[in-house]
Amino acid sequence: MLEKNATLVEGAFKEYYFNRFDVVHVPVRASEREFGYQKINSGMIRHLAIKNDKELHLLLMKEIPSDVYCSNAYYSFPNLPMAEKDWKGADLIFDIDAKDLALPCRKDHTVSKCTSCQNVSTGEQGKCSLCGSTKFESASVICSNCISESKKEVKKLIDILTSDLAIKKEEIDVYFSGNEGFHIRVTNTAYETLGSQQRADLVDYIMLNGVIPETFGIKRQNSSKILLPTADEKGWRGRIAQNLFTTKAKTSRLTKQIISEGYQSFQLRLEEIKQSMGVKVDPKVTMDIHRIFRLEGSINSKSGLSKIQCSNLDSFDPFLEACLLGEDEVQIISNCPLSLKLKNKKYGPYNNETVTLPKYAAVYLICKGLGNTL
Amino acid sequence: MLKPGVKDLAKYPFLAEAGEYLRDTGLSLDNLGDPDWKPILERAYGRIVVASSGQIYSPDIERLDNDSEILSFIVAIILLKSVAINTLTRRFSLAEARRAEKYLQQDLWAGKDKKNLELPLKIIQELFGIRVSIEKEEFVINIPDYLKRAVHFHEKEWKLVNRRVTNGFVYLTAHETVRLIRTELGEYINSKIQSISINSIPESFSERVQDLILLAKKFPETVVVSSEYPPCVKHAIEVLEKGENLPHSGRFLLATYLLARGQSVDQIAPLFKNAPDYNERITKYQLEHISGSAGKGTKYQCPSCDKLRSENLCFAIPDCDGIINPVQFGKKRKN
Repeated sequence: MLEKNATLVEGAFKEYYFNRFDVVHVPVRASEREFGYQKINSGMIRHLAIKNDKELHLLLMKEIPSDVYCSNAYYSFPNLPMAEKDWKGADLIFDIDAKDLALPCRKDHTVSKCTSCQNVSTGEQGKCSLCGSTKFESASVICSNCISESKKEVKKLIDILTSDLAIKKEEIDVYFSGNEGFHIRVTNTAYETLGSQQRADLVDYIMLNGVIPETFGIKRQNSSKILLPTADEKGWRGRIAQNLFTTKAKTSRLTKQIISEGYQSFQLRLEEIKQSMGVKVDPKVTMDIHRIFRLEGSINSKSGLSKIQCSNLDSFDPFLEACLLGEDEVQIISNCPLSLKLKNKKYGPYNNETVTLPKYAAVYLICKGLGNTL
Repeated sequence: MLKPGVKDLAKYPFLAEAGEYLRDTGLSLDNLGDPDWKPILERAYGRIVVASSGQIYSPDIERLDNDSEILSFIVAIILLKSVAINTLTRRFSLAEARRAEKYLQQDLWAGKDKKNLELPLKIIQELFGIRVSIEKEEFVINIPDYLKRAVHFHEKEWKLVNRRVTNGFVYLTAHETVRLIRTELGEYINSKIQSISINSIPESFSERVQDLILLAKKFPETVVVSSEYPPCVKHAIEVLEKGENLPHSGRFLLATYLLARGQSVDQIAPLFKNAPDYNERITKYQLEHISGSAGKGTKYQCPSCDKLRSENLCFAIPDCDGIINPVQFGKKRKN
């Protein structure tokens, strides 16, 4: 980030951390966790121990980080090097990001910025229309469709966590990630000690990865023992039955059809079901038992929005509720071919023009690479 | 624990109660060296020989002489301690685990209606800390207990997604329940043998000890290597040959795999020539780092099948069954 932009962004972050101690807290069992942070234009500092809110607030005031992280893992010695930390367990975490959902709206709110001439255009570009360069940085700006589709994934996930894995609702915390998705954290002692490989299998369950026709009694060779699921069953069997057999009346006809179609076509059906019903989480995040994960309440420097808890997912509007930076007006030059809505107010499109904006909007555009301080 | 009877101990001679049983008989190690007990020594020897060949020693439990079953297990342990070759002990432990597995399965299955399950369930719970309950004809264990064991199996049917899961529990057959603990049972028996210390053995045992040492020396593992590449590596090569972009993780797979197969950096580097962003100097630099010949000298290993699956680089075919890393592809152990 350019130095002049960094000054503005850092100033806005400082003000936030100074005024909003009420939203920035350490998670439960803080003294067993590893913390880390980054400052604008510099590397990651990690292996820190922070015992309580007071120590956290002190660090935030002193360092004004661009991003703050905290481990999902519990350690005996969180501030020692990884090999000596003594891993005790870790919360189950999930990352649902709109960019992984392959949504058709993506191209409508993605802008490409040519790295040679800074020309900004919408959609994915092959070649810069001004200078012909083929190198781009892309940025995606807020989109309510992305958020509502991500919410659907969160709900699918919560359904599996509560009904299949017997995790209680009160053990599940849902957070807006601060950019384009949601983070889900489960604090449940039964799953806490699972290792990385075991979490990988759990993720495959949630995503419906690796499901085979044999599980439903459909074998490569003809078999008399077909165990097609019924809609009243629990777990994936029940969910898949509901998908296969839309009504009771059609069940027997559809069963015959499925059996006669054979193994490979059932495999294709399962693949389709996986696409629509499997939860699209980022498997790498859940598998990682040493990850430092964005701290709730902290600002995401990809957007200037905060990672905050969603107590009511349905009504949650990140562009209103997570937009917590100051409102004083600042002037920037913005080149943003799209319009966006923050705090119920519309901004843009801007064509390389000087605009006076509230700080939260100015920081948003700068963080997305679509604006510069004067 | 519920007190196992002598018949139970014949099936599960590794239980702590087998030691008590031996004390109750008043027999000492010296007694067992007496020529009268030679049949026990021979049975013990046979038990180890069968195990070493990868077979399971499993006599018909109904017509079994309980005492000689228990005593031959104990004598076998004494022989193994004197031989002191880990491979032999491990093979014995695994074979004995599989033997006990058979009985556990029978006991679970036979007991499921009669509620006569206390012993098999207690063995599973007290030795391995897994609570198993019964629902209709199925055995039910909680998901974390299941995952901790099932991830060691590579057949797809053991994946959680291919199990019946409800309310935090996984449903298994009697066979699957005991299969799940086989490795642990083997480790348990192995650790029991390791923990025993024996000062001297009866003279009459020494001939069999020598025989077992000779037997164990014949154990080299013969491995047949096929020249075929696994499908993930083939895919990576194809992508590059077409001049398409192979992601970093795919390039890493290709490099580590070929290095593991003994190819040199110079042999591997030309493969990347078609990559859209090919740069000879950078390719060499990176290959040298991966091979450990540059940088800090860390030699990187080929990523596991699990990892490749999660990176969408796995294109498994039936020949991939049972392997956990591409470097194992095409290698078949001959016993």
